[in-house]
Amino acid sequence: MNLEFSPEEQAFRDEVRAFIAENYPSDISGSGLRDDLSPEDMVAWHKILGEKGWSVPAWPVEYGGTGWTPTQRYIWSEENARVNAIMPLPFGVSMVGPVIYTFGSDAQKEQHLPGIRSGDVWWCQGYSEPGAGSDLASLKTTAVRDGDHYVINGQKTWTTLAQHADWGFFLCRTDPDAAKPQEGISFILVDMNTPGIEVRPIKLIDGGYEVNETWLTDVRVPVENRVGEENMGWTYAKFLLAHERSGIAGVARSKRAVAQLREIAKSEMLDDKPLMQDFDFARKVSQLEIDLAALEMTELRTLAGEQAGKGPGPESSILKIKGTEIQQRLTELTLEAVGHYGTPCYRDLADAGSNEYPIGPDYAHGSAATYFNMRKTSIYGGSNEIQRNIISKMILGL
Amino acid sequence: MDFNFTDEQTMVRDSLARLVRENYDFDTRRSVIEGDAGWRPEIWAQLAELGLLGMPFSEADGGFGGGAIDSMIVMEEFGKGLVVEPYVPTVVCAGGFFTHAGTDAQKAEHIGGIVDGSRVYAFAYAEPRGRYDLFDLETTAKRDGDGYVLNGHKAVVIAAPWASHLIVTARTSGERRDKDGITVFVVDKSSEGITTRDYPTVDGRRASEIYFENVAVPGDAVIGQEGNGLALIELVTDEAIAAQCAEACGAMKVAQEMTVDYSQQRKQFGTPIGKFQVLQHRMVDMFVEYEQSISMAYLATLRLGEDHRERKIAVSSAKVKIGQAAHHVGQEAIQIHGGMGMTDELAIGHYFKRLTIFDSEFGNVDHHMKRHMALVAEQ
Repeated sequence: MNLEFSPEEQAFRDEVRAFIAENYPSDISGSGLRDDLSPEDMVAWHKILGEKGWSVPAWPVEYGGTGWTPTQRYIWSEENARVNAIMPLPFGVSMVGPVIYTFGSDAQKEQHLPGIRSGDVWWCQGYSEPGAGSDLASLKTTAVRDGDHYVINGQKTWTTLAQHADWGFFLCRTDPDAAKPQEGISFILVDMNTPGIEVRPIKLIDGGYEVNETWLTDVRVPVENRVGEENMGWTYAKFLLAHERSGIAGVARSKRAVAQLREIAKSEMLDDKPLMQDFDFARKVSQLEIDLAALEMTELRTLAGEQAGKGPGPESSILKIKGTEIQQRLTELTLEAVGHYGTPCYRDLADAGSNEYPIGPDYAHGSAATYFNMRKTSIYGGSNEIQRNIISKMILGL
Repeated sequence: MDFNFTDEQTMVRDSLARLVRENYDFDTRRSVIEGDAGWRPEIWAQLAELGLLGMPFSEADGGFGGGAIDSMIVMEEFGKGLVVEPYVPTVVCAGGFFTHAGTDAQKAEHIGGIVDGSRVYAFAYAEPRGRYDLFDLETTAKRDGDGYVLNGHKAVVIAAPWASHLIVTARTSGERRDKDGITVFVVDKSSEGITTRDYPTVDGRRASEIYFENVAVPGDAVIGQEGNGLALIELVTDEAIAAQCAEACGAMKVAQEMTVDYSQQRKQFGTPIGKFQVLQHRMVDMFVEYEQSISMAYLATLRLGEDHRERKIAVSSAKVKIGQAAHHVGQEAIQIHGGMGMTDELAIGHYFKRLTIFDSEFGNVDHHMKRHMALVAEQ
């Protein structure tokens, strides 16, 4: 047992750091507000990594993965967080990609995996519906066989960044008479340019547009776009959710955010002293940092377990719960730190196009919006209550 | 980076688990802690015979070449059985002082006595006024010829009733809260001028108030440098904290599992209470706290060899996180056991009590939070 990097791992870190320094497009820095960025900016780093062969590190080598050890993957995410890099979006790389290489046909692998690796094809996720959130299996969107096509009808919601998507993966009910709601669902890949698909933006409480309603009306999709077997989609959906959770801890990002928070609190004043010297505030930051250390070690233990051959299991629910709680507390403390200058609606100021009189320090911009936005993290990807249900059932056996 | 135990470490863990299972069932433990002695010297002898008391010491010092990871393994298993025998005071604390700062002669005598089980040590560091500050010392050691004369009062010295020897921190110069002028001594407990008042602790162990009245000790009773002992005391205390963090993890694991078991048996409203989601989520939170605690026990143990700052940050982080978790898991375990959790006849209450007292040993959550805050502010 040890926490040291081996000489090989140190060399790997140097190589990765040098590559990022040379190749990361420095004009695009990470922002909490995704819709500040153009679609091109969002995939710029993905495309560079695709050419390097580093866009899908966690995939099996035969499908383009890097074969890195968990420690190397940890180093990779740390080094990217150092420059606040905009990482490849998860919908292709971490969600549908693993489903396709695990359950898909050879034709599907050939058609879709290259575009996911390169970043040329933008994916979105059609899971949630207005009436199916935590109770995902109650979804009502139907796919009815008509010759060698499915005809899809229904409404999906919270389809993140679907406004830019080329393809989507949808859960649809293919057997309305199945004995249990989990049975009778199929996992279908849909070209978002197919007639009958309408994507309508939803404005969120932070003022941004990152999610959509997606309406499907008589959308005709070839049967060969179904992944795996008909009516077995729930199995693939659960597999995907476990994969989605494993990267969700966001440790490297949160470490960077704690450092930023400390810097902000050194600039802000309280009782004529830097806020960081205030006992109550400093204590909250220390508690956050300690909780983050516990999360980091727990993630490293989970990664080590994966290296020993265990796939992402129900333990990843711990990472989801704790990782999102920490992200939320971080944004809450950052908003607290900036004081009065959390109040202005900077987005409206930017939209008005006037920056003649800059308002407040730069670091205050977006602090409230980011805090509002991050409330989503304990709701999406299986709400934190659902994660507790998973641990209760799968680990505690209750 | 490597999170695996060696084959040897796994073997040690398995044999310890068996030893605890076979010798430390709840009823046996209860009759032992309620008995006159309060512990079992024969268990101690067995640990020595199995080589467990010599594991963390280097082969040159007469041990088996292990280290802090071995002590972590031992204490996690001890925590599962609420073992009261004084591994931390003797092997980790006394052993740590001699390993880091002992002369060859001290090592031969004292580490030899620890490894073969013939000597038991207690660590007399706390004082009635000092709370958790290791440098807040009123006990004095005055030069007298080649030796020293000790005067003072040491508080709640765990395992002292069973000890043959004491490790004593005392002031050889300076004022009460000075960080310089602190010296570590090893003292034969039968020395003239030492009086003790022995008592049971709420978590099933034994402790003493120890009064030193003109206790003469020889010059070679000093461990390390005279007047320069604080860094050494902090190092050994951090090692003790790491080991006790592992102990708390062992106790938490059992408390959490007992609670889940109980919730599956206990029926109310015609159904096992473990079917109620409100209780399921609370038990999940206990489990999550336990998992994070194990992570922090690893972190503290694996960082013990780092420079001062890194080591202290890791150890204080662990003590905060596990101190909070120990309270949480203990309290929830009692709550979910309901009225039965309040009874002395169930094991769960004994786990709760050990987990409660864990927090106040070697500095509680608030103390280590402050140490963390001070260390990160240094940057």
